[in-house]
Amino acid sequence: MNRQQTQRLGFILVSLVAVLVILPIFFIVGSIVWRGLPAIHWEFITRYPTHGMKAGGILPAIVGTFWLTLGTALVSVPIGVGAGIYLAEYAQDTPLTRAIRIAIINLAGIPSVVYGLFGLGLFVLFLGFGTSIVAASLTLGIMTLPVIISTTEEAVRSVPQAFRAISISLGGTRWQTIYRIVLPQALPGIMTGIILGLERAAGETAPILFTGAAFFLPRLPHSIFDQTMALPYHLFVISTQVPGMPVHIQYGTALILLTFVLSMNFIATMIRSRYRRNRAW
Amino acid sequence: MEQPPVKIRIENFSLRYSDGVESLHHITLNIYANQINVLFGPAGGGKSSLLRAINRLNDLVDVSERSGRILLDGEDIYAPGYDVIALRRRVGIVFARPVSLPLSVYRNLTYGLELAGVRNKTLLDEAVERSLRQAALWDEMKDRLHDPAYTLSGGQQQRLSLARSLALQPEVIMLDEPTSALDPISTAKIEDTLQELKQTYTIIIVPHNVQQAARVADWASFFLQSELIEHGPGHTLFLNPQDKRTEDYIAGRFG
Amino acid sequence: MQKKRSFEFLIERAIQVSGISAIVLVALIFMFLLREGIPAFFQVPLDKLLATRWYPIEGRFGLLPLILGSLLVTLSAALVAMPLGLLTAIFIAEIAPEWARNLLKPLVEILAGIPSVVLGFFGMVAIAPLVRTVLDIPTGLTAFTGALLLAWMALPTIVSVAEDALDAVPNTYRDAGLALGLTQWQTIWRIVVPAARSGILTAMMLGVGRAIGETMTVMMVTGNAARMPLTVDSLFRPIRTMTATIAAEMGEVANGSTHYHVLFAIGLTLFVITFIINMLAAAFVFRQVRRSERVMS
Repeated sequence: MNRQQTQRLGFILVSLVAVLVILPIFFIVGSIVWRGLPAIHWEFITRYPTHGMKAGGILPAIVGTFWLTLGTALVSVPIGVGAGIYLAEYAQDTPLTRAIRIAIINLAGIPSVVYGLFGLGLFVLFLGFGTSIVAASLTLGIMTLPVIISTTEEAVRSVPQAFRAISISLGGTRWQTIYRIVLPQALPGIMTGIILGLERAAGETAPILFTGAAFFLPRLPHSIFDQTMALPYHLFVISTQVPGMPVHIQYGTALILLTFVLSMNFIATMIRSRYRRNRAW
Repeated sequence: MEQPPVKIRIENFSLRYSDGVESLHHITLNIYANQINVLFGPAGGGKSSLLRAINRLNDLVDVSERSGRILLDGEDIYAPGYDVIALRRRVGIVFARPVSLPLSVYRNLTYGLELAGVRNKTLLDEAVERSLRQAALWDEMKDRLHDPAYTLSGGQQQRLSLARSLALQPEVIMLDEPTSALDPISTAKIEDTLQELKQTYTIIIVPHNVQQAARVADWASFFLQSELIEHGPGHTLFLNPQDKRTEDYIAGRFG
Repeated sequence: MQKKRSFEFLIERAIQVSGISAIVLVALIFMFLLREGIPAFFQVPLDKLLATRWYPIEGRFGLLPLILGSLLVTLSAALVAMPLGLLTAIFIAEIAPEWARNLLKPLVEILAGIPSVVLGFFGMVAIAPLVRTVLDIPTGLTAFTGALLLAWMALPTIVSVAEDALDAVPNTYRDAGLALGLTQWQTIWRIVVPAARSGILTAMMLGVGRAIGETMTVMMVTGNAARMPLTVDSLFRPIRTMTATIAAEMGEVANGSTHYHVLFAIGLTLFVITFIINMLAAAFVFRQVRRSERVMS
């Protein structure tokens, strides 16, 4: 077999592999949409579960996921963006900076269930917050930090150095330069990172298993020290622990969660591509 | 020829970067007020470093050694407690590549004033018109003030950079190879503007070739490999250089 | 002016503090895992921990089935995901026409975005029954099913990191290959892939790290039976991973009991394993950065 034939065969093989890899995506999303859509009606998203979860709606889980996502943002965005700016603009090449980078890489790799253990040990027990929205948000927030730090740093670094030189030479301080020129230019990139990080947090179950999620609550949470229901945990429970659970409700819950997560993904992608096209450099 | 007043005095100034790239060795030099002071010589000679030392822009870079003094109106700009922010407003700089801030033309010009806390719209409008006129850009820009600056041509952006520095009403303007990226017509426009500006400001310019140096210089300094070789009035230095190395460079025997 | 300067000073301090927070947090996490996990090593003798039966109700805390379970599922997933991931990355970076690339990259990102519980759910209701009927085995909740799903979860990580590594290889390398008379296929395998090998290796390690740490998916599809996987057909029987053990049992333990501490000890083990993997991956990243800096200077 000559080289051209080898190449053609190789190309075909690799294309087939790529198709094999992405085909399941269509099956997964497709089947969830197909079998979940029948369950979606207005009451599904505005009512409480009834009959031991087997009927009614999933409103408290949707609201709970919303609160947890907000809580995650409050914890991870200020610290994450701040740390990203620090690494991009202030940090020198010292052992401390290298230690910070190693720490971030490690935070990114810690399994989600280990975060759950940590949240249980520190927030629920040691600090006495109990299983609560605040404990779960803190846990999810710390888990989301690495993504936000990395994307912020990258977005800030990509702003051309020339802008900084001009601002400084006109009498600007370092912070004025960051605040007036660098951050506004880096903002779309930073926002993309935040949305992607929050999207992941919204879909996570293990970190909230022991820190804030509840199976069924008769009322929506009143304070941050209350427990809450949440979509990922709800899906887990109704698909593994409730016998006789109607399948379409399971698929419906999965569909709602998937839609929430993937629409965040979509928004982030839109921001990112508009940012690339409209850059002033 | 009688020496005009000295605006900036550089005394035995030396500089070394931590990666050892470009440095300065014991430079002693006068920059004369209301004159076009030219620093010329082959690449790597230290000219850009000197400019960045004068407005302390190299505070941002890793400098491993610095000695000697730079005096602006008799004051050492590296003295502890010296107001660096004010220094940078008094000594403006135009860089080699025409780059503008990612803002409108108008806001590019008002940016320096906004940094200083000026908010009065009348004052800002006046500054915009004044500086554009000084840079010979007013007629071209007056209807485009709110266009994004990056839509301007290279020559326009470079004159905009000049106007941007002028908006702060500095005392000294430094230009680092300002026309190296420009066509001959834009180059001529900028050179003409400099002749007018020197009546109000002190100009320091690093030209991008010897011909430009000879055209514009009132006072010229020849830099070679981090050292100041020769220094004198423009017309005498170019017609009758004292040092053989200066003569060789001017004649194009090396570059 | 003074007020502005001190305000700026505060902001810059806050930024500095945020920067250091990462170190503080990693240390905090490690400390807490130690605090709650170390007691396990005092309350359960080491030979009991390394026993082959995990049955906490009877006081048996043999970790071996869990460790081997994680190993089995992760390695099987890696065996599938690594070649598929590398070939897909090569396709996207080197072979695919622009329209295909613009289709594939978002799809891979979608796959990355699917929450693990959703994938676990899909695995449970759609894949497991399929596995059961096709392979004619008693249940579809097996190590194999888990490995399959894990592979697809690790794929986006492997694909995107490997693709970045391949993209970073300068075009001059490819031109050189073609100039030497190699076909594009040969250029890819003999020049481009070797040039990108540290990035590709990083991609693999990050993918493995992702697979080891996965919890919900494996909990929902591997059957959660803590058995010793000693024979090949263990792959097609239920198994239990370390992560699933923690998730499944933490809710039921009494705070401060031996069981509680042993679960934390498992968490500590997972932390250390992923720490090592990530340090190795990071070392490769730093080496690769230095090498490419040399190339460009």
